[in-house]
Amino acid sequence: MSNTPDITVQNLQKTYEVPERAPGLGAAIKSLVSRTTRDVEAVKNISFDVAPGEIVGFLGPNGAGKTTTLKMLSGLLHPTTGEISVIGHTPYARHKDFLNRITLVMGQRNQLMWDIPVADSFERNRAIYRISHDEYNKTLDELNALLDLSDLLSKPVRNLSLGERMKCEIAAALLHRPQILFLDEPTIGLDVTMQRRIRAFLGEYNRRHSATVLLTSHYMADVEALCKRVIVIHHGELLFDGDLNTLIERFSPHKTIVVDLETEGADLSPYGDVVTAEGNSVTLRVPKTKTADVTGKLLANLPVIDLTVEDPPIEEVIEQVFSN
Amino acid sequence: MKHYTTIYWAFFKTSLLEQFQYRAAMAIWMIGRILEPIIYLTVWTTVAHARGGSVGSYTPADFAAYYIVLMIVNQFTFSWIMHIYDFRIRQGELSNFLLKPIHPIHGDIAENIAYKVLTAVIIFPTAILLFFLFEPNLAFHIQTFAVFLLALGIAFLMRFFIEWTLALIAFWTTRNEAINQMYFTLGLFLSGRIAPIDLLPGAIHTLADALPFRWAIAFPVELMLGRLSQEQILNGFTMQAIWLLAGFFTIQLIWRLGIKKYSAVGS
Repeated sequence: MSNTPDITVQNLQKTYEVPERAPGLGAAIKSLVSRTTRDVEAVKNISFDVAPGEIVGFLGPNGAGKTTTLKMLSGLLHPTTGEISVIGHTPYARHKDFLNRITLVMGQRNQLMWDIPVADSFERNRAIYRISHDEYNKTLDELNALLDLSDLLSKPVRNLSLGERMKCEIAAALLHRPQILFLDEPTIGLDVTMQRRIRAFLGEYNRRHSATVLLTSHYMADVEALCKRVIVIHHGELLFDGDLNTLIERFSPHKTIVVDLETEGADLSPYGDVVTAEGNSVTLRVPKTKTADVTGKLLANLPVIDLTVEDPPIEEVIEQVFSN
Repeated sequence: MKHYTTIYWAFFKTSLLEQFQYRAAMAIWMIGRILEPIIYLTVWTTVAHARGGSVGSYTPADFAAYYIVLMIVNQFTFSWIMHIYDFRIRQGELSNFLLKPIHPIHGDIAENIAYKVLTAVIIFPTAILLFFLFEPNLAFHIQTFAVFLLALGIAFLMRFFIEWTLALIAFWTTRNEAINQMYFTLGLFLSGRIAPIDLLPGAIHTLADALPFRWAIAFPVELMLGRLSQEQILNGFTMQAIWLLAGFFTIQLIWRLGIKKYSAVGS
């Protein structure tokens, strides 16, 4: 791995011009003469680097600017201002060398041809990306082993379930062994098993080919399993860029203490906020700085069988981040 | 070059497979495209008989030859790209094409050729059947046929380039159908579909010469019928070349502007 980043983004900005019109016929007629538009800043001044082989989670609520950023990185959108360099290319120039080395998977879009067997769509990509037969067979075997595609390849796409289709979409997007993967909600709408499967696959692909991955997901499990580093954006601005653990520490001033007691019905409210109390198991939330103190007191004063200190679930932390 | 052959072959195969799924729809479209020249043929034959045997230089047997060849020329040069591009842009399907390291026009051309190959099994038997029914005045000379094939090939490409350019207007407007309708109506008159251009008044004649429609349809038809002088043939190929090049360069320009627009607003 070299030290030059695969992806460099500097002061990236994207402003959409959106036509604006009041409802009603009068407004419609008026708009024939003078069109009013409003500027919407989807991305405001974002900068970051991604090193080769890194997997970065891109987090933010709907409308935060994640998809817009991924589209700019993959060359579909032209930035309003700012610089992007991806493996030495300016994405929107859509140089062939650039397109040959990246891929973009959007969970809600598909590139496979609806009416024909998956294998035929794959074959089309093989030709487009100039993959030799040897290489293609090798890649297909590998994808097959990891994603279990063998039964699906001969079926038309319209006969596949959502999960099956997603597996095939991902495989189609990776046939040319891209070095850079942009994944926009790759697990959206899938059941837990399928999510886990795709997650494991992406991790494995990253390890085997030292691919650089930028991924958005609403499922925190995806992020926890794959991304050491996360970038959080909100309203088009960068809120956080760093270690996932640091994010949790910084944005969650609380810890969760779960206590199992010998007796039932003890009132633990003097020790902290009682989140749940079921039978002899009580969950408390306490300020992080007081964790040691409270733990000591609990052990000293109560008949404790078991006690664990945990970070709050990441969903909660993220919610906290966005509510600020 | 070899790379493009591989790609075209792959596109061709997948398009063929895909279109095979829509046999019924294809047959219905084909009926329309076969009926149109038969209707004009019947009308003109009736007119010719009423006028004592011919209209201008066309006898019923000439009309029969004209419309049978026209049916084939129109079938092999038409495209449907203008009707699907706005869907492609608005549904964001275009993004898939833009992510691929190849210009999307190649896929469209290959798809069109696949369709033509598939429908050849309908159009040729139909032509043969019409041949026996209408007894056209059509002699076959191998040289004329070779030149006709060249004119047909150029006609296909020039029509494709022009219609692809018009399709790209969808980058700027959501109401492409109005433009398509105008193009269709103009083409009906000026390409020689409704009547051989020789039979139209002088002013329309001049207009037909200046626009591409005639060179895409009437020219190859008249060529095949042996109605053109050497000079007219040369002139026809010159006009075809001009429109082919004009279409080719306009595509580059409009495509670049369209992509700029698309990448500014997204989909």
